[in-house]
Amino acid sequence: MNQEKTLLNQLERILPLVEKPGRYVGGEYNSVVKNWEEVSTKIALVFPDIYDIGLSNLGLQILYENINQRKDCLAERAYSPWQDMEDLLRQNKIPLYSLESKSPLKDFDMIGFTLPYETLYTNTLNLLNLSQIPIRTENRGKELPLIIAGGHATYNPEPMAPFIDAFLIGEGEEILLEVIDAYQKWKKDDLSKNELLLNISSIDGVYVPSFYDPQYNPDGTFLNMKVENKSVPKKVTKRIMGKLPYAPTRFIVPSIGVVHNRIAVEIMRGCTRGCRFCHAGMINRPIRERTVQEIIQTIEIGFENTGFEEVALLSLSSSDYTNVLELVEEISNKFAGKNLTISLPSLRIDSFSVGLMEKLKGSRQGGFTLAPEAASERMRKIINKPISEEMLLTTAFEIFKRGWHTIKLYFMIGHPSETLEDVAEIAALCKKVLAVGVKAIGRRAKVHAGVSTFVPKPHTPFQWVACDQQESIRQKQNLLREELKGPGLKFNWTDPKETVMEAWLSRGDRRLAEVIETAWKNGAKFDAWQDFKNYDIWMQAFSDANLDPDFYVHRERNIDEIFPWDHIYPGVKKTYLKTEYLNSLSLRLRSDCREQCYACGITQTFNHLRKEDPGIVWKCPNLSPRKSKNELSIPN
Amino acid sequence: MNYRYRINYSKKDGMRYTSNLDIHKMWERTFRRAKLPLAYSQGFHPQPKIQQASPLPLGFLSDYEIVDFFLEQEMDILPLEAALNNSLPSGISVNSIIKINLVEPALQTQTIASEYHILFLEEFDSNKIIESIQDLKSKKTVIRSRRGKSYDLRPLILDLEIIMEDSCYLKMLLKSKDGATGRPEEVLSELNIPVEFTRIIRKKIILAYEVQNNN
Repeated sequence: MNQEKTLLNQLERILPLVEKPGRYVGGEYNSVVKNWEEVSTKIALVFPDIYDIGLSNLGLQILYENINQRKDCLAERAYSPWQDMEDLLRQNKIPLYSLESKSPLKDFDMIGFTLPYETLYTNTLNLLNLSQIPIRTENRGKELPLIIAGGHATYNPEPMAPFIDAFLIGEGEEILLEVIDAYQKWKKDDLSKNELLLNISSIDGVYVPSFYDPQYNPDGTFLNMKVENKSVPKKVTKRIMGKLPYAPTRFIVPSIGVVHNRIAVEIMRGCTRGCRFCHAGMINRPIRERTVQEIIQTIEIGFENTGFEEVALLSLSSSDYTNVLELVEEISNKFAGKNLTISLPSLRIDSFSVGLMEKLKGSRQGGFTLAPEAASERMRKIINKPISEEMLLTTAFEIFKRGWHTIKLYFMIGHPSETLEDVAEIAALCKKVLAVGVKAIGRRAKVHAGVSTFVPKPHTPFQWVACDQQESIRQKQNLLREELKGPGLKFNWTDPKETVMEAWLSRGDRRLAEVIETAWKNGAKFDAWQDFKNYDIWMQAFSDANLDPDFYVHRERNIDEIFPWDHIYPGVKKTYLKTEYLNSLSLRLRSDCREQCYACGITQTFNHLRKEDPGIVWKCPNLSPRKSKNELSIPN
Repeated sequence: MNYRYRINYSKKDGMRYTSNLDIHKMWERTFRRAKLPLAYSQGFHPQPKIQQASPLPLGFLSDYEIVDFFLEQEMDILPLEAALNNSLPSGISVNSIIKINLVEPALQTQTIASEYHILFLEEFDSNKIIESIQDLKSKKTVIRSRRGKSYDLRPLILDLEIIMEDSCYLKMLLKSKDGATGRPEEVLSELNIPVEFTRIIRKKIILAYEVQNNN
């Protein structure tokens, strides 16, 4: 308590000097403050970017509620301070503290980082350092908190392996509680840190990197993962929930403006579209849905608990939710005329989607977003996202006719086989959509093209593919910039330097840790922010470590290459990914796998869970293993 | 038909770092959580009918903030206060609620002055402060510039004194009218007191009708 008082006194003098001091004080409605004396295990949940971005993260919200429901545990939060606050914390020797009880992070039993994307790695090291905790596992004794991490980026944990004690691979709802149980038992028995790590390594889905020793070939490619200890699993399979667990409803209501001020309801997990570039689509299998009733109830309770004015229905592909029409009708019946906004992102390109959005009246401010991703037939076959241009233009006409003035179109450039002709088709398509808009509503019509650059991701069919060269990306962007000039058109793009940075972090091996550490020491952080220009720092760090970034970024991998992330198993087989890679090379489309199973491996891996919850939850077709094999051999 | 109420509330703890705009949002959400029938404006983007008296700068504490709100249904004060108290974030607490005549002018236009107490987080030489207060008070004009515009601070200072009790603090009464608002930190700057070494608390907002009643 005394400690808290001193800190509060210090903060009172610092906070007037920083931008948005409300980021650093907690006290939000629905935040949970427990008495430290009455709780045995304290966990700090950290989103390693600023408060404004991290607060609305659904994954952390789930874990926060989960842990705080336990009487014997508490979860508190921390985020990256912005540069002004970091400077003042360091000047005043104030260690990073949690928002709830203002306790130093180093006083917690565990610190859990969520790493949804790779450009948070340097921030993670920075936060450990701000917490006055050594960044490397080997330098942390048992008196310091156990450092764990999870999230999409950790499906390739290797670049962060020396810094994190244990990775929790996959869906965190159950596994985190199991790790807490093991931690409590270990603490009671008062054993060594190595004992703790060994104990938790036997929990399904837990990866303790210090028990794994990567070996490399003379040419720098990965040879294998040496595992000396017999009780440590050779392969770590991700964890999933057979049935989606309860959805959070006590969302923390910020006292200041943040990026997303809203209730988020996950209507479904997983996606069956099989877009070959999509990391989320591969690692979040299988497809599991919530019932309409459950979603409606979650929204009702969520509004009651928060007073928020917006709800977002989240999934990777909303239109594919089985009862989407029923859901939308129920929502508009229940919540219309209450000054609430309902957002339904990730809609398919068809007039059905326009009808859905029409029903959610009031959410019409802003534009209507569609993601064709590719504009040429050839590229659509390569990435496995078939869309008919006619359907897109019909849909666009409907959208403009029904009152939206702006259509946002998302595209992706940078696949190595993409030509300038393919890119030119993106510009041509945008102009066609605009022409349709002008025909429908005149000069008010606008088209915004958001063109991102493809980054090959581990555990996808494109994990073998090279990332485009910066020069080539620039050339493609210049073409688009030239073409997408003029009234009604807007063009957004990603800095190629940012793309290659994400690329080397995505498919890096453990040797990259040294690069990350050096880059951070030399000032790299907030790598996800375009206004932090860290590129030169990174290049220097590669050169210091005697590594070549091009090896990670621009090298096309041999079809039989062993990858540094192969020992992490997302339930989707490498042979399936390989087949899909070869299909992309021969421009072969695969249909939605709700219609036909392509034996990706997910149902075999989690068959035991599916048996517990048969019927409506899982949307994978019911197939015998033999039958699915047959279907695989049928071409196209 | 709408019904108008006036809340007097305190703003404390971390809430001092919530800006005026965000306080507006805080009230809107609190009303929604409390399931109170807040009235909204008509039009394409309906806005909740909430009026704040006088903006409180970021970082200030307050024992006396005023907000007017409009309900679609009439309610008794006690259940209204109970519903709000159950739904407020920590740091905001209701002191009192009264019913207000619908036709009264907007709250912003009725605000006349604010009283502030300034506490010291560091030891200060009180004699020196007394001296600079006398010096400031003796001036006819104190020209300063705010956002590139020059203005005279002196007529905005209605009262300024140092109070020596258990601890010593400054008490100031400053004009807070639309377009003529005295800011405590500008007075502090004239007294050569760094604002980060102080804690500023608003103690009272004086409204036009209160002055008339007193006369």
